[in-house]
Amino acid sequence: MSKGTYEVKVGLAEMLKGGVIMDVTSVEQARIAEGSGACAVMALERIPADIREDGGVARMSDPSMIREIQKAVSIPVMAKCRIGHFAEAQVLESLEVDFIDESEVLTPADEKNHIWKHDFKIPFVCGARDIGEALRRIAEGAALIRTKGEAGSGNIVEAVRHMRTINRQISGLKECDEVELVSEAKDLGAPLSLVQQVSKLGKLPVPNFAAGGIATPADASLMMQLGAESLFVGSGIFKSEDPDLRARAIVVAATHYKIAEKVADASAGLKKAMKGLDISEIPDEEKLQERGW
Amino acid sequence: MRIGVLELQGDFEKHHQILQTLGMDSVAVRGPSDLDELEGLVIPGGESTTISLLIDRNKLREPLKAFSDVHPVLGTCAGLILMARKVSDSRVNPLGILDVVVCRNAYGRQIHSTTEEVKFFEDENSFYCRATMIRAPRIESTGRNIEVLGSLNGHPVAIRENHHIGLIFHPELDGVTIFHELAFHRVKQSQHDRKSQTYVT
Repeated sequence: MSKGTYEVKVGLAEMLKGGVIMDVTSVEQARIAEGSGACAVMALERIPADIREDGGVARMSDPSMIREIQKAVSIPVMAKCRIGHFAEAQVLESLEVDFIDESEVLTPADEKNHIWKHDFKIPFVCGARDIGEALRRIAEGAALIRTKGEAGSGNIVEAVRHMRTINRQISGLKECDEVELVSEAKDLGAPLSLVQQVSKLGKLPVPNFAAGGIATPADASLMMQLGAESLFVGSGIFKSEDPDLRARAIVVAATHYKIAEKVADASAGLKKAMKGLDISEIPDEEKLQERGW
Repeated sequence: MRIGVLELQGDFEKHHQILQTLGMDSVAVRGPSDLDELEGLVIPGGESTTISLLIDRNKLREPLKAFSDVHPVLGTCAGLILMARKVSDSRVNPLGILDVVVCRNAYGRQIHSTTEEVKFFEDENSFYCRATMIRAPRIESTGRNIEVLGSLNGHPVAIRENHHIGLIFHPELDGVTIFHELAFHRVKQSQHDRKSQTYVT
């Protein structure tokens, strides 16, 4: 019997494909998410848009709140810990959350080191802006990668940039011969073995999801067409005027992303989306994607 | 053979890979018309509540039942849950293709997910094979026409009824092809002794 192996961790990530993972801050929201067709929920005290607005230090959620959500829904429950804060991750593991997001949305606890995720039996998801960052996190034990995007912005531009960057880098690695991969590994700051694997597979060795700025069914379709295998939606749902309707619509778009008529139907009459921010309005030091390396 | 894979949510890509390894045509099923001209169907792993909701929202419930009256269906994990007669959770509305009662997430959350070596078949053709279980369901009871293909700790992990197969684990994650072959009649019952062919790689 082997529990907590890397294969078992990546196995759960495989099960979450083709779906929508929604940020929720209460039992009521978790039930709305489950009823809308979410394949998992992320339990957190404040959604990224509010964390951005409130300022201060953002930490792991109160365990009692996570437990209540675990009781309320039957789908997997994820929770976030701060970058490098392995003690928060240990607490989340003891709560038996299904996935831990070592997330740039919370205030980093370590400016140099991420968590050594192989030490845990629970799978981790981490954000990445490019292939080097993705492979460093996988080397540390991440079982799932997501684009960082710019969380809480309601603006898809950064998630698109990160997904396109990773796609372009993968295409480049496919063209490299053995010795060029050594030089690429050096430039990317990623282990050669993983760089070789990406070159051979033509994709990341773990599932690759999109996150950070998805607010509409068309955003969902865009990211899936760019190669995302599933979607994390944070502020986009519960910062909108009719979260239930919008959640259902984004689920429809995640399934039928190739069929414009279905995305059109899902987009009709949704009431107001979250307001969103122009990325140029966010000072560099407030950009969440700059956290971690 | 032309086999469909239900692509509402879950690990459908892994099933496409297995079917293609076996030289079968595999196609996506997202709506009723996608079932036309198929000779079999896979319901993949994923979240059973999600897939159950999406079966109804995509008007697939009656078409899937009608399809299963004529053609073989293979379900893994969430797929098995959806094929059951009864599920111990009102959030899932199963299709009633297999005469079994299933308990969802019976072994607990992800930290309890595991890989085991399981013995299949109890006759001269028996073989051992990896079985990866992710937040797995448990088969609580089986109807009289259910054939148990393998068990673990007293509970069936693989069952067959007529031409349908239900598994609580994920052969598609381990590159195991034998159950797809059994479901879609590439292997006659007397020829399932093919341990050497159990793994794709």
